[in-house]
Amino acid sequence: MKTMRYQIKDPQGIHARPAGLLAREAKAFDSEITIAKDGNAVNCTRLMAVMGLGIHCGDTVTITAKGADEDAAIAGIGAFLRKNL
Amino acid sequence: MRRFYGKAVCGGVAIGKVRLLQHIKVQSEKTVVHDTDAEQNRLQQAVTTAREQLLALAEQTKAQLGESQAQIFEIHAMMLEDEDFMDCIRETITKQCCNAEYAVHHAATVFAEGFATMDDAYMQARAADVKDIGTRLLRCLAHQQDMEVWGASPCIVCADDLSPSETAGLSTDRVLGFATAQGSTSSHTAILARSMNIPAVVGLGNDFLAALQNGETILVDGQTGECVIAPDGQTRQAAEEKQNRIAAHIAALHTLRTAETVTADGKKIRLYANIGSAKDMQQALENGAEGVGLYRSEFLYLQQVALPDEEMQYCAYRHLLEQMPTSLMIIRTLDIGADKQMPYLPLPHEKNPALGVRGIRLCLAHPELFRTQLRALYRASVHGKLGIMFPMITDAEELRQILSICAQIRETLRQEGIPYGDDIQHGVMIETPAAAICSAQLAPLVDFFSIGTNDLTQYTLACDRQNPQLEYLHGAPSEAVMKLMAETVRSAHAKGIWVGVCGEMAADPTLTEALLHMGIDELSVSPKDILPLRQHIRNLYGTKKD
Repeated sequence: MKTMRYQIKDPQGIHARPAGLLAREAKAFDSEITIAKDGNAVNCTRLMAVMGLGIHCGDTVTITAKGADEDAAIAGIGAFLRKNL
Repeated sequence: MRRFYGKAVCGGVAIGKVRLLQHIKVQSEKTVVHDTDAEQNRLQQAVTTAREQLLALAEQTKAQLGESQAQIFEIHAMMLEDEDFMDCIRETITKQCCNAEYAVHHAATVFAEGFATMDDAYMQARAADVKDIGTRLLRCLAHQQDMEVWGASPCIVCADDLSPSETAGLSTDRVLGFATAQGSTSSHTAILARSMNIPAVVGLGNDFLAALQNGETILVDGQTGECVIAPDGQTRQAAEEKQNRIAAHIAALHTLRTAETVTADGKKIRLYANIGSAKDMQQALENGAEGVGLYRSEFLYLQQVALPDEEMQYCAYRHLLEQMPTSLMIIRTLDIGADKQMPYLPLPHEKNPALGVRGIRLCLAHPELFRTQLRALYRASVHGKLGIMFPMITDAEELRQILSICAQIRETLRQEGIPYGDDIQHGVMIETPAAAICSAQLAPLVDFFSIGTNDLTQYTLACDRQNPQLEYLHGAPSEAVMKLMAETVRSAHAKGIWVGVCGEMAADPTLTEALLHMGIDELSVSPKDILPLRQHIRNLYGTKKD
């Protein structure tokens, strides 16, 4: 299992569209990827659940990947977050 | 002829034929089915059709209204891929042996409820999107088409309320205006009308819809909120005259968006915007603001459930500055008192909050609060031209104390290797009589003054702004206030700094000439007042003719 933490820089936080793009990104990996805020973790591929976390600018989220390609998953999601959020 | 009154959204006057949009009733009653696999197949087909429709809508909307309006349908398509949502529908069919319609309705209700109860206005509004997706799936299950009722002739769209799906299918060049029975000024209909810049009135009530018939003539006044069904000749003529006046006025103002704010005798005035939110910022840009004269940072604090930390504030300030990177943006430090309570910062009750611990006094009493905001401001300053303004200042010693805190923070940032702008302006909001009287001592310490006329009037005349019986004292310009303002301008100019006005007085056209003659260099007003004021200033003389 691999984890990383990331602080959201986008002024709007994780709105619907970035949540949808994040879900698509996460679906590209075989590993189970979760995103957590304040201890509440949800599956990254579940758009509405990610939106339900209500992630704002300045919040720190924890990404966890578990599976055969967990290293690649963390690298991929990390790159996505730095680029888009 | 029947008149109805609703909430005015935008635009001028439109006259045209009614095109009544009635929601197609979609069936979602629960029925028992025996072949749940067949229901699952029906559902799968409906999802496929819905996705195709959404992607087509996104394409069409992108072409007609642009990328930002089209995004909503991309989001709907993404929500339709959501496994939790789809699992909820599929499980309901299997476990309850029911029809796909009921399962869709049930899931849409549950998920919409989830969004509606979040404490974030943006997320709450997403409940409407989930319901919209549900309705689309129900239509697909019933093999009903999207609402396509647009004939060849231009019309005024009348409906109960319009969902994003309904408004996207329309050809924008055939819609003259909107009139809806429900909806608020922030509903989807209103947002769309503003982006199309056509007259719209919402919230006209259910009687309005009942009184309408397709093809009737209707008049929609987006300025007053009035709708007239079957207007008589006289009403119609008056409306047409108003249409022409508005069109001529708008055309004249529009040409001034990029024009200089300069008086008839060649004196340049800075015309800035007062803003309190990201939305105001958009309007400031659209109305040709030359900068921001007052950003009320307290809005950032009041909307939160927890104290906004440095990172969050940095993001917000940076976002603002990046939208106007080459123009001055003056951000006023937190200006609240005991009359505004925040859940994370309980303030003791005060008998007279207007004269209590407010503005800079509150910041000095809570140094960590102040330092956090200043650090965020300095860090963001590299993204634009920042001005920092301090409210409720009463004497030079207090101002020195504040500026020394600012210097400490810049020094700490320097040691941490964090960059900040090298041309940041610092200023004082002149809103107490004390600040105006002592302006000669304050001027050497800062880069600008901005006169907050609302509070300056209240404190000078000892009259409560909120007391309607004292409105007569606030309405007319008081000689005492004008003298304090003139003194402030003299002090500022003697030290070579500029001075602006950011209170309501700045937008009052009857006072503009007096302010210019006084020597005011900058006026900061609501975004909507910028273009009319620019037009007014261009016809005035900046210096008194003898």
